Amino acid sequence: MIPLAMAPEGKILRIVGIRGGRGIMQRLMELGLVPGSTIRVIKSTGRGPILLEVKGSRIALGRGISMKLLVEVR
Amino acid sequence: MKIRVALAGNPNVGKSVVFNNLTGGHQHIGNWPGKTIDKAEGTVNYKGNEIYVIDLPGTYSLTAYSAEELIARDYIIQEKPDVVINIVDASNLERNLYLTLQLLELGANVIIALNKMDLAERENVKIDIERLEKKLGIPIIPMVAPKKEGMKELLDAIIKYAKKSVKREMNYNEKIERYIDEVEKIIEGKLEGFDKRWIAIKILENDKEVKKKIGKDLLSQCEEIREKMNKNVGDPEIALADARYQLIKDICGDVLTKERKVTVSDIIDSVLLDKFFGIPIFVSILWMIFQFGFMVSAPFCDFLGDGFAALSSVLSGATGIQWFDYLFFGDYGVLNGIGMVLSFVLLIILLYFALSLVEDFGYMARAAFLMDKIMRKLGLSGRAIIPMILGFGCNVPAIYATRMIPDEKDRLVAIVTNPLMLCGARLVFFSAIVGAVFGKAGGDVILSLYLLGIVLAFIVAIILRKTILKGRVSPFILELPPYQMPVPKVSLSKAWQRGKLFFTKAGKVVLPGILILGILLITSTSFTYTENAEESLAAAIGKAFLPIVAPLGWDWRLLVAALFGIVAKEIVLGASALLYGASEETIATTMASMYTPLQMYSYMVFILIYVPCIVTIGAIKQEAGSKWAIFTLIYGIILAYIMAWVVLGFGHLMGVV
Repeated sequence: MIPLAMAPEGKILRIVGIRGGRGIMQRLMELGLVPGSTIRVIKSTGRGPILLEVKGSRIALGRGISMKLLVEVR
Repeated sequence: MKIRVALAGNPNVGKSVVFNNLTGGHQHIGNWPGKTIDKAEGTVNYKGNEIYVIDLPGTYSLTAYSAEELIARDYIIQEKPDVVINIVDASNLERNLYLTLQLLELGANVIIALNKMDLAERENVKIDIERLEKKLGIPIIPMVAPKKEGMKELLDAIIKYAKKSVKREMNYNEKIERYIDEVEKIIEGKLEGFDKRWIAIKILENDKEVKKKIGKDLLSQCEEIREKMNKNVGDPEIALADARYQLIKDICGDVLTKERKVTVSDIIDSVLLDKFFGIPIFVSILWMIFQFGFMVSAPFCDFLGDGFAALSSVLSGATGIQWFDYLFFGDYGVLNGIGMVLSFVLLIILLYFALSLVEDFGYMARAAFLMDKIMRKLGLSGRAIIPMILGFGCNVPAIYATRMIPDEKDRLVAIVTNPLMLCGARLVFFSAIVGAVFGKAGGDVILSLYLLGIVLAFIVAIILRKTILKGRVSPFILELPPYQMPVPKVSLSKAWQRGKLFFTKAGKVVLPGILILGILLITSTSFTYTENAEESLAAAIGKAFLPIVAPLGWDWRLLVAALFGIVAKEIVLGASALLYGASEETIATTMASMYTPLQMYSYMVFILIYVPCIVTIGAIKQEAGSKWAIFTLIYGIILAYIMAWVVLGFGHLMGVV
């Protein structure tokens, strides 16, 4: 189990947990980032935002918030 | 028959195109009460029915966590539209259905407009529409909105289902339903006018707005159930979100087939989001928008300026009353002021049109993605980069462009710091005088002013973030929508509405401002008409404040010229020429002979910072309220004075005279 921010590019991941305030959690969930769902890291370079594929859409998350999403490599 | 229709859907699903197709020219754009969120409404007559259409803000969900979501759901609850059209992106069905389920929870009469069928086909996404219709129990109209495919079918469906509600309850899994039932029993019959199932779900989700509507006794009973749920199935908010996605998965199981392949968007993204080329490409795209807006509008603005000036000089003298001529038909009179506002309208329409095309194409989200890292460190959100750069042309459209920043605090920081971007009007004065004052170093002087503005903007942003707009820049969560061809007609109509709104709203601030300044200039200290600027109230004010600016080494005329600059920054040049009895061509040498380069540089720094022009103030008032407009004015003056003083002091210290 690792924070999403540390996941390597191109890997398919499963979300295990979300830490963070209520508002943030709801925003993530409405975009399909719920515990248990499968995501893929499209782009993760340097210290900028990370780009994900979630249920067929592209979602960008800042570094700060991607530290709060815990994932495991499938 | 009168039918009221609300459009709901995720951002970037083509809602505004559907809205435009439905309402054509009969539309009105304003703000939702107390919010700077666009409210678009319009009407259409179809088969003898008068259909009123309102475009709700684009949302992914209907929680109480964002202003957009609250607006959308409150409208549906309070106004009870006859039909809610849920526009769904066929190429991204699962995520879009999350909102659909919540609209159904609300008890709305939903019709799905399944848009982007062409994109879905290109991406090998196949949807069994009949089966989906059966499973959801609501009508589905497939469409390709930019080609107007499916619009007639949608209108027919609106009429058919307007009075024949297809209310449909979707059941989640047994584990969850138990608790929803229990809460429903408690509130049974206690809340008129609300869908009790929806209330029950929202109580379990700990929705603060819904909880306000419920009495203490009832609420504590409900809270017990919430607690029980929390113990047995985990966090109810997560459990409910999970239940919705579970249901979506079940629904899509034999309805949706897709093959993952590399899409056009993937290919475009690999170029536009490139580690090395991403930012240079972004800068060049902005440069093109910038050029388009300012170059195309320039001849028209000149024409408008000349036209109004000519009209003014024709009308001048018609009444024979001097003060009247001056105030209304003078060089800085009301009529020329109207011409000035009109030329801003054109600029705003053009820039807004170009920005809207780029946004509809899907690029704005990419720009924010590229710039977020740098901007965040400086106390601004990634999206603030666009208004910042537009500010170098003109702060007015830049202030309007801050609407792209969703978080209120992020947006206020971007608005308040924007006037520090050296706009084209201030450049007029600077470039006119640097040659005579600084000689060959003129270009470097101007460059230094640009940089100073940027640095100060970031410093002010960081300070604001630590004081009155406390808090970190809101976390970056953004969908990068699939690229699509923009529909110019839709962008143009948005831009036109925006220009109209500016004209009526900003005009109310600009014209009285021009009148007040005009009166100050032609009224002598004994309250009679005067043509001699030195006798005017403006001069008296300038002289009264002279002790304050004395440490800067100015005389009253520099101060009065700055006062004029409030009307429009380019006027500083003409006004100082007038005050020093020079022409616009010779004023630079006059100033160079009267002041040292250091004093002039300090004055230019002051002009760069002090107050935004009156049109910008009007725009800030419109977008952020009077309080922030006044705040921007005051901090500007204080900062300008301090900086002018620092420049002088530092110059003396370094031995520059």
